[in-house]
Parts: sequence; structure tokens; C-alpha cells
Amino acid sequence: MTNFSGKVLFLDRSDINTDEIIPAKYLTEISKKALKPYLLEDIKLEGFAPHKDIKGKSIIVTRANFGCGSSREHAPWALEANGINLVIAESFARIFKQNMFNCGMPAVELPVETIDHLFLNFAGKETLIETDFEKNLFIIKADKLKEEIPFSISDFDRALILAGGWVEYADLKY
Amino acid sequence: MGKTIAEKIFDSHLVDNPSGDINVIRLDAVFCHEITTPVAINDLVARGKDRVFDPDKIKVVIDHVTPAKDSKTAMQGKILREWAKRNNIRDFFDIGRNGVCHAIFPEKGFVRPGYTLIMGDSHTCTHGAFGAFAAGVGTTDLEVGILKGVCAFHYPLTIKINISGQISEGVYAKDVILSIIGRLGVNGSTNKVIEFTGSVVNAMSMEARMTLCNMAVEAGATCGICKPDMTTVEYLWEFIKDEYATKEAALESFVKFSPDHDAIYDDVIEHDVSRLEPQVTFGYKPDHVKPVRDMEGIKVDQVYIGSCTNGRIEDLRVAADVLNGEKISDFVRGILSPATPKVYNQALEEGILKTFMDAGFCVTNPTCGACLGMSNGVLAEGEICASTTNRNFNGRMGKGGMVHLMSPATAAATAITGYITNSRLYKRQEMQGGAK
Ligand code: SF4
Repeated sequence: MTNFSGKVLFLDRSDINTDEIIPAKYLTEISKKALKPYLLEDIKLEGFAPHKDIKGKSIIVTRANFGCGSSREHAPWALEANGINLVIAESFARIFKQNMFNCGMPAVELPVETIDHLFLNFAGKETLIETDFEKNLFIIKADKLKEEIPFSISDFDRALILAGGWVEYADLKY
Repeated sequence: MGKTIAEKIFDSHLVDNPSGDINVIRLDAVFCHEITTPVAINDLVARGKDRVFDPDKIKVVIDHVTPAKDSKTAMQGKILREWAKRNNIRDFFDIGRNGVCHAIFPEKGFVRPGYTLIMGDSHTCTHGAFGAFAAGVGTTDLEVGILKGVCAFHYPLTIKINISGQISEGVYAKDVILSIIGRLGVNGSTNKVIEFTGSVVNAMSMEARMTLCNMAVEAGATCGICKPDMTTVEYLWEFIKDEYATKEAALESFVKFSPDHDAIYDDVIEHDVSRLEPQVTFGYKPDHVKPVRDMEGIKVDQVYIGSCTNGRIEDLRVAADVLNGEKISDFVRGILSPATPKVYNQALEEGILKTFMDAGFCVTNPTCGACLGMSNGVLAEGEICASTTNRNFNGRMGKGGMVHLMSPATAAATAITGYITNSRLYKRQEMQGGAK
């Protein structure tokens, strides 16, 4: 299982849609890997430079309604192709969230105050998150700061993560 | 407690209930085409799971861009072809035998009342016309369907739409469904099933029911469903005659999938079509619907008749009746794309293709083509197409192009005048004087 730990990319905006995550013109690609260079290519977010800022990051922390728009599964794939396999947000668009778990990647919701707190104290710094799935804890570190933030996910979502996604889960179970 | 059609189908196919109202159901068929399946195939191969749950329950067609128009589409076809071969999938329809998926699969008898089926295509809801639960799914669900023959859905909520009244001349299933989408809005039935019922539906042919169910997704529905009846049996008879002694016996078995009288619906909508006029879309969303009367005089550059919505023989007959020896306008490019080789052949034998060609239409091979703006009639920026397809999204038929959705009758009348025209009111002489 992936350990869902690593460097954090902060995206300080709500309603980031799937067209911004991966533009429609790349939907003709026939492999997930081919999407890698185009992640967040068209995002409207000041000061964000996709190629420079995405590199080396494994986790996104963002605001509300992440992944709204079309139901394309290319959105989680484009994240996965770039080594990003955990998104933490105030809330998600329903289908995007389901697509993430189906791909074996957690989409975790935290209260708005917690997200505000993370942006206030950690954004702009080199931040690391370690995920502890046994204790349902994120351990967040930057400079000398270290915090533990609890989270919760449903049993079924957890089972999907442990299996490595819906394909692996279904192949084992049915 | 009574059940809806979808609830009966779900309950008879339940495999697992892993959480909340999520039902994992057994699938009777998985349909595949060359645009969405190759990604699933490549991913299954990468996972070391290049298998299929049952090669006889997987039906495959190359339909969206065929013959291939470039290296990329050629590769999509190649991946699909080779996969079908190595997995012993026999029902594979390639060039010469291929047609638009949602037209060819019913025509081959692959759908039955009470079936569950999925496909990586949003208009899979078309097959609900047979009293089946048919849903478009994403790639991961398609992969699981191919591999294990199951799919997970939320337990279905159903909206019942009771279509009643006396349908007027010149008004067709397409006008009915456009008026329903206009009323519900593009999200009006999101994640729900629509059960189409009532005297108007009962009197409809299977073709017309398919047109109705085809566009259920444009109001957000997972599936549109019509209850099976004698019309369903008649359509399927050539495929089921060995299974049942009589048509009545087949019907008796199929009506298991009729809704109970005390079924519980999320909503019940009465839709009286007595005063319904021909409808057309005006904007970039399928719920931007107006009577044709309010759109007359809008000049078009292209008329497209075809697709999984309206490319069947009945549609071609209706359009040919309107064309009836006329020529299409000098400034209009007319394109007819019969949905399947069988439709093509029938149209040939009935002289319909000749009517179209004499009128000035180009007849293409069966394919999705212009419907999704990939080939065979892509629009230039600023151009307008009168189309019998199902989507008018911005850029759908080509960047900067505008698509007005309408019935085959309206499309044919529009081709003759060059302006959006009500087929019912259409009279050549009057239009020549009156056209703007
Ligand atoms: S005809 Fe159009 S809507 Fe139908 S399956 Fe083909 S592309 Fe999709």
C-alpha cells in the first residue's frame, strides 16, 4: 500500500474544477501516464506555476468543492501520474471523491477551521504530511512546527484504500 | 411495499451491499466502444489483469470514428480489436458490420427486459427502452465490469413521468423528450432513474422509446426505463423465439419487470403532450428548449441526420417523407448517417437513400462521426448545424460551432429551406416568398 505521506502542495482556492485539473483536450490519451505533463495546466490561481510547484509533491491541501465539473476520472489519474495520491480539502465534488477512492487514493475532508489553520500556519513553507491510517491521524511538519490532526473516513472507503482501489477490491472480493 | 422497475432489477441482481445504500449488482452485459475502452484495457494490462468475466456477455463495436481518421483513432481501434481477439470476445463489430453502439446492440438482440448492463458511454441509458437497467459508467467501473461482471450503484430512486394526451401530427418522440428535458432541466433527475410511462409511451414503437430513453441522461438521469410490453416482445421475437413457446409466454415472463401499483417514486410528473409542438434547442444546454415556431428563420450551414438518438430506420423514413422529391437549400450541407448497416440496407431497399441523395444529401457510412465533432461533418467556427443528435454543448460538433437539436422531420424541413423550419407548416411556395 502507498503510505500517503510526503510534501504538500497548497492550492488556496475553492471550486477548482476538473477542467482545471486536467483540460478536456487531453481526454483522448489512452494511458494514465500520458496525462502527467498537463496536470493543473489551466488553473486560475495567482502565483502558481504548475511545472515548478507540482514537482516532488505527493499531497494537495485545498479549500471547498475540489473536483467539481465533469465526472472525468482523468482528474485523479492526472494526480496519480504526478505522484499525488492524497487530497485534503474542506469538501469535494461527490463524483471526484468517489473516483479518488476508486483509484485507491484518499480524498479526506477536514473542518473549515482546520483547513484555515493549515493555510495560515503551513502554506508557503516546506510542509510534510505523514498519514497514519491505523490511528486516523495526519502528522504535519514544517520548520519546527509539528501537529497531529485526526480525520475520519468511512469503512468502505478505507477498504478501498487498503485494497488499492475498486478494481483490486472487486477482483479480490467478487 | 411495491417496487419500481429499477428496484426489481436491482433486487434480482444484488451481489453485495458493502456500505450504506451502495449495491453491487451482477451484470448481464458489458458493452464497449473504441473511445473509452482502450484506457480500461491498458490499465487492466498494467495491473496484470488482462481477463474478462465472460466473453459472451461482452459486446464490442468500433463506432465513434470509423474508418479511422488518423493514427490516434487507428490505435484505439487496434487496441480494442486485439483485446477482443485474445479474450475470445466473439460479438465484435468492425468496419463493414459496425454501427452506432446504442443502435446496433439492440438490433442484434443483446438487450432483454430485466437486464443490467453498463458501458463507458453516457447514452447507455438508451437500452432502458427494453425495460432494462442500463447505465453509462467511468473507466474504473468499466474495468471492474469487464473483469468481474459487477458494478456498484446507489440504490435507485425513480422519477415517474406519465406521458399522456394525443400527440399531434409532425410531433415525434424527440419533441417529447426535448420538452421533458426543458421542463426538468439538465440536473432535474441527476442520479435518478426516469420511468417513462403512460398512453403515449405505450403506443410508441421500440425505436421511439429508444429516442426517449436515449436523452434521459440529458436531464441527468442514470437510466431511462420503459416497462416491457407486447411491442418489446415483437421487437425481440426473432432472438427469443426458441426460449418461449408463444409471444404471450414471453410477455408473461417479461412483465415481472413491470412496476408495482404501489411502487414508491421520488417524484411523479404528469406530462400532457396534446398541445406539444415540434421542439428545438436554442442554446448550449439540452434544456434550452423552445418550440420550433419561435426559432424559425435561423439560418443553418449544415443539417445532420443520424446518431444513437435519431439514426434508425423510422427516423430516416420520417425525414424522407418530408424531403419527398425536394432539393435541399443551395447553402446547406446535408449529411445523413444511417446508424447501422441494417438501417443503411433497409433505407437502400426502400429507396430512402435515393430520396436523400436526390435531395442533395451526402450519405456516410454508419458511425457517430459529426455527433461528437470528431469526423464526417465537423463545424467551422461560427457555423450552425440543425441536428438530430442529443448534445448541443459548446464545441460538441466542432470548436465555435452551434448545434440545434431537433427531430428528423424538423431537420429535413430545415435542410430544404436552409432555415429552422417546422415540418408541419412547411410549404415550399410560402417559404420561398417568406424566408428571411
Ligand atoms: S451517436 Fe453521438 S451520442 Fe450516440 S454514442 Fe455516438 S457520439 Fe455518443
